[in-house]
Amino acid sequence: MRRSLRAVLLGVLGVALVAALWDLYKAFGPEDGVLVGERTLVLPRATDLAMPHTWEMVQRLFEPATGLPGAPTALGAVVDAAGFTLGIAARGWLVGVTVGLLLALLMTRFKTAESGLLPWVVLSQTVPLIAIAPLVRRWGAQVEIGSFSWENEHSVALIAAYLAFFPVSIGALRGLKSPARTHLELMHAYGVGWWRTLLTLRLPASVPFLLPALRLAAASAVIGSVVAEVSIGLRGGIGRMVVEYAQSAGGDPAKAWAPIFGAVAVGLVAAGAVGLLTLALKPFRLTETS
Amino acid sequence: MRRTRWNAPGLKIGIAALTLALTATACGGDDGDADADAGDSGSGSGDLTPVSLQLQWVAQAQFAGYYAAVEQGFYEDEGLDVTIAEGGPDIVPQDVLAAGDVDYAISWVPKVLGSIEQGAGITDVAQIFERSATTQISFKDKGITSPADLKGKNVGSWGFGNEWELFAGMQDAGVGLKDIELVQQAFDMNAFLAGDIDAAQAMTYNEYAQVLETVNPDTGELYQPDDLNVIDWNDVGTAMLQDAIWASSDRLSDEAYAEQTVAFIKASIKGWAFVRDDPQAGADAVTAAGSQLGTSHQLWMTNEINKLIWPSTDGVGMIDEAAWDQTVDIALNTENETGATIITEPPPESAYTNEYVEQALEELRDEGVDVDGADFSPIEVTLNEGGN
Repeated sequence: MRRSLRAVLLGVLGVALVAALWDLYKAFGPEDGVLVGERTLVLPRATDLAMPHTWEMVQRLFEPATGLPGAPTALGAVVDAAGFTLGIAARGWLVGVTVGLLLALLMTRFKTAESGLLPWVVLSQTVPLIAIAPLVRRWGAQVEIGSFSWENEHSVALIAAYLAFFPVSIGALRGLKSPARTHLELMHAYGVGWWRTLLTLRLPASVPFLLPALRLAAASAVIGSVVAEVSIGLRGGIGRMVVEYAQSAGGDPAKAWAPIFGAVAVGLVAAGAVGLLTLALKPFRLTETS
Repeated sequence: MRRTRWNAPGLKIGIAALTLALTATACGGDDGDADADAGDSGSGSGDLTPVSLQLQWVAQAQFAGYYAAVEQGFYEDEGLDVTIAEGGPDIVPQDVLAAGDVDYAISWVPKVLGSIEQGAGITDVAQIFERSATTQISFKDKGITSPADLKGKNVGSWGFGNEWELFAGMQDAGVGLKDIELVQQAFDMNAFLAGDIDAAQAMTYNEYAQVLETVNPDTGELYQPDDLNVIDWNDVGTAMLQDAIWASSDRLSDEAYAEQTVAFIKASIKGWAFVRDDPQAGADAVTAAGSQLGTSHQLWMTNEINKLIWPSTDGVGMIDEAAWDQTVDIALNTENETGATIITEPPPESAYTNEYVEQALEELRDEGVDVDGADFSPIEVTLNEGGN
């Protein structure tokens, strides 16, 4: 218990430190930033426009989002949007993790599959997100199975999955191949089949590699969701909110930061959820280092 | 393997985590469905023809006429059940239309001309905006009052097809792209306000207002129009046609689609006439559709959009040949920073037609709808700080 209290305290201290640094820079930093040459800004401007006070940003959260009567507070709007994005990211993560694990299994089982698939897996991540987002949306628009019709949010979840599957497939592949040759040979000598070896040796051994991969996948899924929301023009989530609130960056500089806090919160919750999952897999964590 | 037994507390927490994830998933699904429902427009009556419209940006008063037509039931009166699909930075409306995913799209003429040359079979069936809203704004002390003054300045542009009027204006004034520092502009005007950009691109209905919603640190009051010089491309003579309704060229030979096109244009124009007569209601319709813009900003935008449409020379939607030719001419002859032009040869005949809008206007005039707005006068909108 004392250790977790310490962790909480350290966490709070960390946030306070960032806030303090921000306002210290704002107070003492050069108003016009520091320029190298004529155009390269190496230190940011400290104006109210570029860096609102931290307390203004927090205060803004509790003011109405828009001037409309009955408008929710900025915080309320951000929480709604964050929940929406988190839901999409969670779906993307689940699909991505499933696909990643299946690919890793396939590549472990068949050498040919590994040499055939691995380059494509790596290549898949070099395709820019903004290039595939409109394509996915367009393909999705043509999908209609029975009463199920493809919505834009499915496209966003798919893109999140597209980013999330990569670390999982690579991590799981390394993990599944990590048992020492002597262990594998022992299994072989016992006459144990591939599936049994997988369950008793390879899967447990893969956990230390898998856990950081799952965390990476969670981060990727969140980023994928936010960026794809912007790309595709899906309303309701944090991504769209960032673009919409940016419009008031001039007149209401603190407001533009609200959805950014929302994005941070989504990332933290996603990482936290995966952290809980790691607890369940704790018995297998023999050598995890991260 | 030292210990591979699942320990109970860990397992519980794990299951809890999994449940949490699944719940989040389920919640997300619910939210999404609600959102999708909200996007639909009254799909109660069965005999309406479903029609989808792709916008080129998110819901904002730029599209007030269409939202008003949905809200006021103008489309329903014409037997149409219109669903409006919002755009985004990477959504190209004309491509979505050409791919057959929607029935109509809103886009700027110069942006579409390039797509048509690359094979998109789409047709401008109603030129809703008669005037261009693109300007280049600068603070008075920079002394930039004409395109020639841009020489040696940091000039902002969003790119992505928004830059051609600027480039054409500069080219006419003998200012080459090498004579300026072209700066990529973001969604906000901070770079302009901070002085990184001397002359920034600004739509009259959006970015110009964003500046006027910002407190001038020197006076402690909001910036005033007097603080700014505005280069208006309509005055310079390099304006290009902007928001138009585009239809699929191939499908126009299908009688049902042709009829539906007339009905769609008719109800849309009716929507715009409604917005002209009651800008506040138009702005509210957009806000009700989920736009996050501040109240005064939304009304400002509605009012500025009205100025682009009204008064209309030949009736809203009519494509003026001279204006079309000017747009095509600029598209053919203006080079961007890579030396490319929008198009290399004149667009095909099918690129625009007045056939459908003429029918729509005739029907509207018969019904007594004012489609010319000859005595239109804009309202006065007071912008509040932050547009709220």
